[in-house]
Amino acid sequence: MDFTFDEQQIAFRDAIRKFLTVEAAPELLAEIWETPSGRSTELRAKAADQGLTALSVPEDYGGIGLGDLDWILIQQELGYYAIPDSLSDTAYLAVHLLKNLPPNGGFAGEWLRKIAAGKARVAVGHPVNPLVADAELADLLLLWHQDEIHAVKPADAKVSLNPSIDRSRRLYKVRWTPAPATRIAAAGAGRALWEGVLDRAALAAAAQLLGLAQRMLDLGIDYSAQRKQFGKPVGSFQAVKHHLADVAVKIEFARPVMFRAAYALSRNDARQAVAVSHAKLAAGEAATLAARRSLQVHGAMGYTWETDLQMFMKRA
Amino acid sequence: MRLEYTERQNAFRAEIRDWLKAHVPRQPLESFDTEAGFAQHRAWEAKLFSGRWSAVTWPVEMGGRGCDLIEWLIFEEEYWAASAPLRVNQNGVFLLAPTLMEFGTAEQKARFLPRMAAGEDIWAQGWSEPGAGSDLAAIRCKAEVQGDHYVLTGQKTWSTRAVWADWVFGLFRSDPASQRHHGLSFLLLPLKTKGITIRPIRQLNGMTGFAEIFFDNVKVPVENRIGEEGAGWSIAMATAGFERGLMLRSPGRFQQTAKNLVELYQRHRDTADADPSLRDAVIKSWMDAEAYALATYATASRLARGGQIGAEASTNKIVWSELDLLMHETAMRILGARAELMPDAPDAGDIGHWLDGFLFAQAGPIYAGTNEIQRNIIAERMLGLPRA
Repeated sequence: MDFTFDEQQIAFRDAIRKFLTVEAAPELLAEIWETPSGRSTELRAKAADQGLTALSVPEDYGGIGLGDLDWILIQQELGYYAIPDSLSDTAYLAVHLLKNLPPNGGFAGEWLRKIAAGKARVAVGHPVNPLVADAELADLLLLWHQDEIHAVKPADAKVSLNPSIDRSRRLYKVRWTPAPATRIAAAGAGRALWEGVLDRAALAAAAQLLGLAQRMLDLGIDYSAQRKQFGKPVGSFQAVKHHLADVAVKIEFARPVMFRAAYALSRNDARQAVAVSHAKLAAGEAATLAARRSLQVHGAMGYTWETDLQMFMKRA
Repeated sequence: MRLEYTERQNAFRAEIRDWLKAHVPRQPLESFDTEAGFAQHRAWEAKLFSGRWSAVTWPVEMGGRGCDLIEWLIFEEEYWAASAPLRVNQNGVFLLAPTLMEFGTAEQKARFLPRMAAGEDIWAQGWSEPGAGSDLAAIRCKAEVQGDHYVLTGQKTWSTRAVWADWVFGLFRSDPASQRHHGLSFLLLPLKTKGITIRPIRQLNGMTGFAEIFFDNVKVPVENRIGEEGAGWSIAMATAGFERGLMLRSPGRFQQTAKNLVELYQRHRDTADADPSLRDAVIKSWMDAEAYALATYATASRLARGGQIGAEASTNKIVWSELDLLMHETAMRILGARAELMPDAPDAGDIGHWLDGFLFAQAGPIYAGTNEIQRNIIAERMLGLPRA
């Protein structure tokens, strides 16, 4: 029984954290939020330079060949910095589908290479959400149809934006027609792949939620140490302390659950779906509490567009 | 990361499981808060010791097995899964022993540890006083130096197991001019010593689980002091976080209760399913017990790699005490009209232990440092919020 990550995994996480601290400051996020596409090609290119798009692409296709356990640390950082991009949809979910496809005449290899090189955005549409993130910017759409997997070119789909309260998410209704030419996996093979994608999507969401929870806690701590009332920092009052201590406890006890889920996925464990569901619930609970409590600690400032908190809260 | 047990760990699990299967009494023992029950539990400690299972984390030469934390967690999982008796010497084995190991002299270790492991000495703890509860540094109980003795005067309270125990350990003010956490000494003394009066306190459940201890010129030899005179506070606190935080309430205990709760729910689905929120509460109980276990394994593996314990003692305390409440409240809801029946009520069947557990769970957020104090510790030491 060993829950610790190895030095390489930690070093990679630390490098990504450093990169995001510099390149994804809240001021930049606020700017990106206001752009029409909601995406920064520059940030995405820099993320690719850091190896983030190549993370789980097999080495044969120019990737780094890492897996679920490596991703879990990175996903937490993507959450902590509220990265306004569906990076994980391309680099984690689409890659999982593509690299496990039945023989496909080099189709998957071509796209895996593009993804690893940071030259492709792939949107993934699963019926658990009727809308598809970043469908308009995508170079390729991987879509569910009766458990089959279809690869649809942007020109063959009609997309319409559905604004979300979280402006870091750009969600689209996608209208398209399934055809034998778009089908890249039959229902038999597709079903297991979609299940694998759903588990990984839930786990990625859990990890990002925990990253967000930690960020909202940190923002609450910073604010409560600075903000003075009755001549003292509000963070010195027990009522405020206890609000934030509760959040810390939720995060601490959700994290090992999430690690166990990632481990189960990496081992193709028979109970992986249970482990993932537990992680998603625990992380969601931590993030919801973090949002609620951090907002309370921020007082009226928390209810404004002007504090950074609002971006993290909405993403959570 | 490797979340499987080693072969050695699996073999260890099999060994303790077999031993417990052969030795756990078929009939549950009487409560150790009665004279007869206390004697039964003392005999059980001796039985555990005969199999070298009474203090598995201790070094072999002290009567233990030198188990690491992972093995200890495995031991506890099996112990609770086997419905083995509660540990009457918990204060000694899990609270005092780690302090003795770290700060005791060779003579003190040889004198106290083997008898503790064998259940020959059962230990009570003497921390709280009427004026020193959450504010433990307000201790006033005096230990006046007279030659090679201390003379104790004052009062301790909420002293767990003190009604029937043999020895007590606690903090006493040895420097009369001192304030707060200075000038306290860590002393050990037999409860049969002249000048001691013990008044049992009746708990919420009607039993006398703890007591007040009155000291009227009680003589304690200087060699019964652990560590330096006046260093009692730091000695008491040094091992507090590390051992108690992980060992006071192991996850195995709550995982077993969660499992029992799932069974209780399954037996009562015909009535319980009328309220769908009950099912959610059962599932949440199971998940939280699982999370507590995973978090403890995560801490243990971090420590095994040379990491330091952080605020786990405080975060754990909040989690297990709230989980225990949730589980027992849920059981009470499932049992409905029968929930209030005393264990010996003719129509209570085998459900009475849930009421016992429910009452005991009420104490969880209070003892071993209230949850409010734990939240202060988390906020100040883990999150770095300013002190009041």
